[in-house]
Amino acid sequence: MAKRSHITLSVNGDEYETLCEPDQSLVDVLRNELELTGTKEGCSTGDCGACSIRLDGDLVCSCLVLAVEAEGKEIETIEGMATSPEELHPLQSKFLEINGLQCGICTPGILIAAKALLEKNPDPTETEIRFWLAGNLCRCTGYDKIIRSVQAAAEEMRKG
Amino acid sequence: MDDVRYEAPELPDAASSLLAEAGGSGKVFAGGTDVMVQIHAELIDPGVIVDIKNIPGTQGISESDGAYTFGAATAGMVLMDHEGFSSTWPGVIDGVALIGSIQVKGRASVGGNVCNASPAADSTPAMIAAGAICNITGPSGERTAPVEDIVTGPGKTSLADGEFIVSFSMPKRPPHSGDAYLRLTPRTEMDIAVVGAGVNLTLDDDGTCTAARVSLGAVAPTPLLVAEATDALIGTKVDDAALTKMGEACSAACNPISDKRGTKEYRIKTAAVIARRAAEIALERAREN
Repeated sequence: MAKRSHITLSVNGDEYETLCEPDQSLVDVLRNELELTGTKEGCSTGDCGACSIRLDGDLVCSCLVLAVEAEGKEIETIEGMATSPEELHPLQSKFLEINGLQCGICTPGILIAAKALLEKNPDPTETEIRFWLAGNLCRCTGYDKIIRSVQAAAEEMRKG
Repeated sequence: MDDVRYEAPELPDAASSLLAEAGGSGKVFAGGTDVMVQIHAELIDPGVIVDIKNIPGTQGISESDGAYTFGAATAGMVLMDHEGFSSTWPGVIDGVALIGSIQVKGRASVGGNVCNASPAADSTPAMIAAGAICNITGPSGERTAPVEDIVTGPGKTSLADGEFIVSFSMPKRPPHSGDAYLRLTPRTEMDIAVVGAGVNLTLDDDGTCTAARVSLGAVAPTPLLVAEATDALIGTKVDDAALTKMGEACSAACNPISDKRGTKEYRIKTAAVIARRAAEIALERAREN
């Protein structure tokens, strides 16, 4: 077994210390070492987007990031999205209201990706939403309600 | 998978030494979008992963007197979001924009796309058409090479053990220049090219083509720079006859395989169509500036 590395990760503003393998993916460390299981692992090859997170603000697949290289960077996961259990992010509220999810495995990744989109473009067209979310697969194929949930959240967020 | 090490040196010499010492078991790591997949699929079993992103020059975009240089590990989204670069090299951006999802482009780099050496890489033909030069460092020092000299076969490059691309230098852009990259895929997103074509051209004040470069992807073991297609454009007004001749030259240059995405015959035929459409976009862009 390879020598384990000692790393400090900043996730949603909290510092975590852990040991990891030099070639261990960030999603694996988030889920199995830090027990932050909100981020899902689907394909492990960057195709499905279930493991989407923000790394220093960039939207990335955490299955394609080494945990060791995330040291010193700001990591944002789904666990950091709601202010509190009572105060969900507008995207989360709209996904609940409009049923923007079925089995739910793609949902954390889609919420993270949609939040990144709305920060960049607060009023995206349906086409822009669909292209932005092309890297997030929904195995239940419930795309229509996902898109409508993002549109509804965008509208609410624009009202402030 | 025993004793794999991760190193992220800040000096290019240190990275070269680590890679040279490791021989074939050293792996250059930038965005990781290919390397992580290859590790996961057990296609590679590196002894040392050398992350080059801490080395000065490997990240970011700079401009001097109209000529751009960008780090080989610069993420695709950074290039796409850079107004100056993307308006100067829209064809390179066409290629970069087709590399995977937003998430993948949040990490994937042009250096990685070139060095992964897939025949169907999207940014490589665009970079070849653009006339981009690689700034390479290695155990015997620094050297430069045009992008078309890097890929020697599927998964294979001309880089020696210990060598890696630090950055790319783009030529200064004359007025009335435009470039474009187009690819043919069964789907609109998240797919691999059946044919890709990059065209870069410069016009004089009368609209006559004075310089051109045409590159094809996914139609041969390596991306191609098609000299005959270039010759068909230079000295013309890039009219119908010139575009037809350029398309024929592209088809003639193809040496493709048949696979699930397209047959050999289909690739040869559509190479002409895609190259022509890319040339028409490049022409329109050249006329705009």
